[in-house]
Amino acid sequence: MIHPIPSGTRDVLPDEMRELRAITEALRDVFGAAGYGEVYTPALEYETVITRGELASLRPAYRVFDENGNVLVLRSDMTVPIARVVATRYPASEPPLRFCYFAHSYRGVRPQRGQPREFLQAGVELIGASAPRGTAEAVTVLCRALDAVGLARYRLGLGDASLYPALLDSLGVAADDRARLLDELARGDFVGLERGLRDLEIDDDSIRLLLSVPQMRGGADVLRGPPGPVADAVAGLRAVHQLLEADVAERVIFDLGLSRAPGYYTGAVFEVYDPAVGMPLGGGGRYDNLLGEFGRSLPAVGFALEVDRLHLALAAEERL
Amino acid sequence: MSANGLVIAVPRGALFEETLDWLDGLGIRTDEVRSNDRKLVFGDVGLITMRPSDVPTYVAAGAADLGVTGKDVLMEQTDAAVAGAGRDVYELRDLGFGRCTMVIATREGPDPAAEALRRLGVIRVATKYPRVATRYFEDTGRQAEIIEVKGSVELAPLTGLVEAIVDLTATGTTLRENHLVIREEIAECTARLIANPVAHKLKAGPIDELLERARAI
Repeated sequence: MIHPIPSGTRDVLPDEMRELRAITEALRDVFGAAGYGEVYTPALEYETVITRGELASLRPAYRVFDENGNVLVLRSDMTVPIARVVATRYPASEPPLRFCYFAHSYRGVRPQRGQPREFLQAGVELIGASAPRGTAEAVTVLCRALDAVGLARYRLGLGDASLYPALLDSLGVAADDRARLLDELARGDFVGLERGLRDLEIDDDSIRLLLSVPQMRGGADVLRGPPGPVADAVAGLRAVHQLLEADVAERVIFDLGLSRAPGYYTGAVFEVYDPAVGMPLGGGGRYDNLLGEFGRSLPAVGFALEVDRLHLALAAEERL
Repeated sequence: MSANGLVIAVPRGALFEETLDWLDGLGIRTDEVRSNDRKLVFGDVGLITMRPSDVPTYVAAGAADLGVTGKDVLMEQTDAAVAGAGRDVYELRDLGFGRCTMVIATREGPDPAAEALRRLGVIRVATKYPRVATRYFEDTGRQAEIIEVKGSVELAPLTGLVEAIVDLTATGTTLRENHLVIREEIAECTARLIANPVAHKLKAGPIDELLERARAI
């Protein structure tokens, strides 16, 4: 008898499980050695908690009612639940706090290769460590973790989520237009971005600047080019870069157009790329305002790796 | 000359000739692609050929670094309803050719769609672009029953299957010949250059160099 399982989910059998386990064990060793204590939180949370305040735009895909009529959601990432844990369980602890996790999250994507609806994430959250030192620590742990997994060809894209909003502000772009343009950028629609910019009443030099900055990516020379309004973000990236050890620094591709959903990122953001896989293996960034939504205002940074994609990349590298 | 070590997905069909002309302009040799319509992979020039609607699939998965396809295909395959899921491919350039309009058309005379909406509360719409049609009617606050067809969409209103169609038209000739008239324009569609997001970072040099050459045309 064949019994189906929901689209976008799957069973893992022993051969694959052994390989996945080797990856997660390697990650766990690195996270543990760096002082990150493992936590687990419920897959189901109250919707009113997980979508507090500014987080209301984070719309989890799956909801159920409990016996009292409360709306429960399946978590779509681990960062928000850990922010809740910090505010609730560590209200007075001396920061920094270091947590790591290995847990499934759920998103309502169209299922395809590398895009399941239930996926295993391995990640860390560093709470109470501000930029640039905290960012550099997270980036370093990330690279050590990927090294331990056995990936040889990965690169790390490093950008700043506040860069483009600051640039738009400096040119006096109105809030409505700003949101629309940031959305085009997040979707990687540079044609739509150009159209949107031409509809604004700003001069050609500004349009050229707004189109060229998100295309700037490459080595440290990228940080030399860009002009005044983005100086703060660029200085922040340079400060992070200077704190990195040489073998971590050489993995970095600076990317002034990098923007990541979800929208809670406030500063440096990063993504992991491997030439064998067409989508990022994971990523993260600074979310200095998120903990404040839960009542314990602390700067924070973290990342999540998608274990299945690490596995894909590792298998592809072994085939070379 | 090849494409800087990049793999470019080329759409067969309506955009084929103009895409090859554009590639010629970049200095990429296309004579073998033009002369051999069975072969799919042209490794020495870094070109692969496929249906236009497959181009985003290959580019999103990283099987091709760049690709050329119509905005209509991108609109249909982008899932705007799912936050964070719309970033499968980057849309780098409007290449300008292959200009078409996505329209709502009905039989000539009094608008049967308006009549259906008024009396029956819902418009039946046939289309090859069910997501685009669904989104457009939702965004304009009208109830519509979307019927996906694979072949000639013009047949559907002539046989009474539907009141309206959503389809792509270049000159309007096919619509006119079938006594259909354009009632609304949804979007202008042209050929777009798309890129895999990871290739856009890891192969930034070759891609930017190619874009620079394209700018010079």
